[in-house]
Amino acid sequence: MSDQAYNFAYLDEQTKRMIRRAILKGIAIPGYQVPFASREMPMPYGWGTGGVQVSAACLVPEDTMKVIDQGADDTTNAVSIRKFFENTAGVATTEKTREATVIQTRHRIPEEALTEDQILVYQVPIPEPLRFLEPRETETRKMHALEEYGLMHVKLYEDIAQHGNIATAYAYPVRVEGRYVMDPSPIPKFDNPKLEMAAIQLFGAGREQRIYAIPPYSKVVSLDFEDYPFEASKANHPCDLCGAEHTYLDEVIIDDEGGRMFVCSDTDYCGERQANGHRGRLSPEMEAAQ
Amino acid sequence: MICVENLSKTFTLHNQGSAVIRVMESASFTVAAGECVALTGNSGAGKSTLMRMIYGNYLAASGRIMVGDVDVASAEPREILDLRRNTLGYVSQFLRVVPRVPTLDVVAEPLRAVGVDQEAAYARARDLLSRLNIPETLWGLSPTTFSGGEQQRVNIARGFAHSYPALLLDEPTASLDATNRETVLSLIEEAKAGGAAIIGIFHDAPARSRVADLEIDVSAFTPKQAA
Amino acid sequence: MTPLLSVQNVAKYYGSRVGCEEVSFDLYPGEVMGIVGESGSGKSTLLNCLAGHLAPDAGKVLFDTRANGMQDTVTMSEPERRMLGRTDWAFVHQNARDGLRMSVSAGGNVGERLMAVGARHYGDIREQAVDWLGRVEIAADRIDDRPRQFSGGMQQRLQIARNLVTGPRLVFMDEPTGGLDVSVQARLLDLLRGLVREMGLSAIIVTHDLAVVRLLADRLMVMKSGQVVETGLTDQVLDDPQHAYTQLLVSSVLQV
Repeated sequence: MSDQAYNFAYLDEQTKRMIRRAILKGIAIPGYQVPFASREMPMPYGWGTGGVQVSAACLVPEDTMKVIDQGADDTTNAVSIRKFFENTAGVATTEKTREATVIQTRHRIPEEALTEDQILVYQVPIPEPLRFLEPRETETRKMHALEEYGLMHVKLYEDIAQHGNIATAYAYPVRVEGRYVMDPSPIPKFDNPKLEMAAIQLFGAGREQRIYAIPPYSKVVSLDFEDYPFEASKANHPCDLCGAEHTYLDEVIIDDEGGRMFVCSDTDYCGERQANGHRGRLSPEMEAAQ
Repeated sequence: MICVENLSKTFTLHNQGSAVIRVMESASFTVAAGECVALTGNSGAGKSTLMRMIYGNYLAASGRIMVGDVDVASAEPREILDLRRNTLGYVSQFLRVVPRVPTLDVVAEPLRAVGVDQEAAYARARDLLSRLNIPETLWGLSPTTFSGGEQQRVNIARGFAHSYPALLLDEPTASLDATNRETVLSLIEEAKAGGAAIIGIFHDAPARSRVADLEIDVSAFTPKQAA
Repeated sequence: MTPLLSVQNVAKYYGSRVGCEEVSFDLYPGEVMGIVGESGSGKSTLLNCLAGHLAPDAGKVLFDTRANGMQDTVTMSEPERRMLGRTDWAFVHQNARDGLRMSVSAGGNVGERLMAVGARHYGDIREQAVDWLGRVEIAADRIDDRPRQFSGGMQQRLQIARNLVTGPRLVFMDEPTGGLDVSVQARLLDLLRGLVREMGLSAIIVTHDLAVVRLLADRLMVMKSGQVVETGLTDQVLDDPQHAYTQLLVSSVLQV
């Protein structure tokens, strides 16, 4: 691959300008889904084409990029997207949340609080939160325009009626700045409170051709009922590697006899805690000590 | 209370060569409060037609029909509805009700419609139904399944539930046994004593002479067979 | 007394064809008006113009709003009109599938209008849903079932509950008993009559079934080829019809 083969960060400048305009509009109208002319990317839809285009439009050569998939830096999706930008933009990459200036993520928000110098880019499969109950796009757009959001609560009502509580565990709908109801992408609802943060949050849906945004320090409220308030739930367990009680955990089956372990889904965060001496139930040193 | 002036009626049958049938001309009479007027005349003379016109069921061709201060011949539908609800009662020969509604509710309905509370309305309905010898076991059933005589008595109970200042009775004693006939006649007398203006059609001559203060032969209003 | 709805010279054209034309009437609180006529007579077009589903080409549809008195619903803003549509107005479709969310439980269907106007207490919403299911004679233990598990009559009753839960003042009904068995129709009519009186509702009912209007409607409007040919008290129009078309319509009904 020669240097001349690609423009910086793969997309041509005109396309990046078009995407930046959509991003700026999205930031100006928090939570509003801005249509954009999504491009074909050298990866399949569902692999983060929306997020990649938004990241490409944001990157400058001085940036340091981090890519996470389900909290991990070392999964296929994360590795391939990180490689993609190493090759096409030549930017530095990192696994350290703190060192990154642009973080592209699928399904998680890093445990460590982000700062005003950072941009968090989400990959979004289905941007329209109302679609499950109202399939007509013309109608859902009108509902957004007129703030007719009763239907979103019908979905939560159905949850409680069927499961006894709000069973929606990810992609939990939020209302941004008291105006637009938004799908925060399939992050666990544990992460919803973190949506109020110092960093810029950008959401890209490639197949659906939509971009939306949450500006820094925006008010983001998870929808709920007075008698069934929103709860940022997680597995009731400490991390088996670093002992953290306050992080989102993945459950890992470790043998065929029902053995399992719970570990932080944010691998960078967990690794740093272990490096600082924190230990969990199944840490190698602990096992060795037993 | 009821004042009919110069009333006439024609039927135009558009689908049968636009035939115009004149059935009534220059009918005029009055009924005072507490008075009962019996309409007489041969079958086809227009007794029921006149009664239906006063109730607003048939449209007058010309003339005035004052019931209280409403001219039925020219009133808006809602004025007539209001009149029927509060002022003008009608006991027809046929019971027409929604299927499934229990008899007690059918009888209490006119009272509920003028704002009487449910208990008082039911009490009045129970009283009337027992006076008219409708067995209590039937009160919770819809009258649509009753015999003809029972339906007629339910119809009468319904007609007398609210004390209308004006009342139209179409053959109220027809097909009743002696006991129930007596009850209906005393209901009519009670209504008169209460100040109701009543117009009735009675084929039962002794009944007519007992309750009616005046007889009007409707054939006097029948157009001469010029048409 | 001011009318609840005042319709003035409403017209709707489909190209050169007349949908309805020169329709005017006042509907007062508590009144039920029937609109009858054969298929294609313009009665459904008119109903849709009145309910804000179609924009009339001419005329005014004034509604006595709670906040601002008489307002022309044709020229008011769309958000205002949609707000009326989920508060003071109700629309009962002939086909329950058009008026229900088939993938949402009965309770969710009834609760939607409540949530649309801001109800945010699950327990209260559910309580009201149970109450309304009871009023339309659907057992409380069916509350979490989906409408597709219901019979046609039950679906229609559910649609009525869903519409009336916010206490509307004006109900538009398009052939509410169409497509139902006769016995189911009778039950529905009885129910509607009771609700209309209990809640003091005003209603406009479009139907081609004269028996339905005789039982439900105080007043009648007869339409033919988009024009109103006769109006009056329901029993007067049916028993002493004046217009040739009404006479034909009345005499065409099969007697049972």
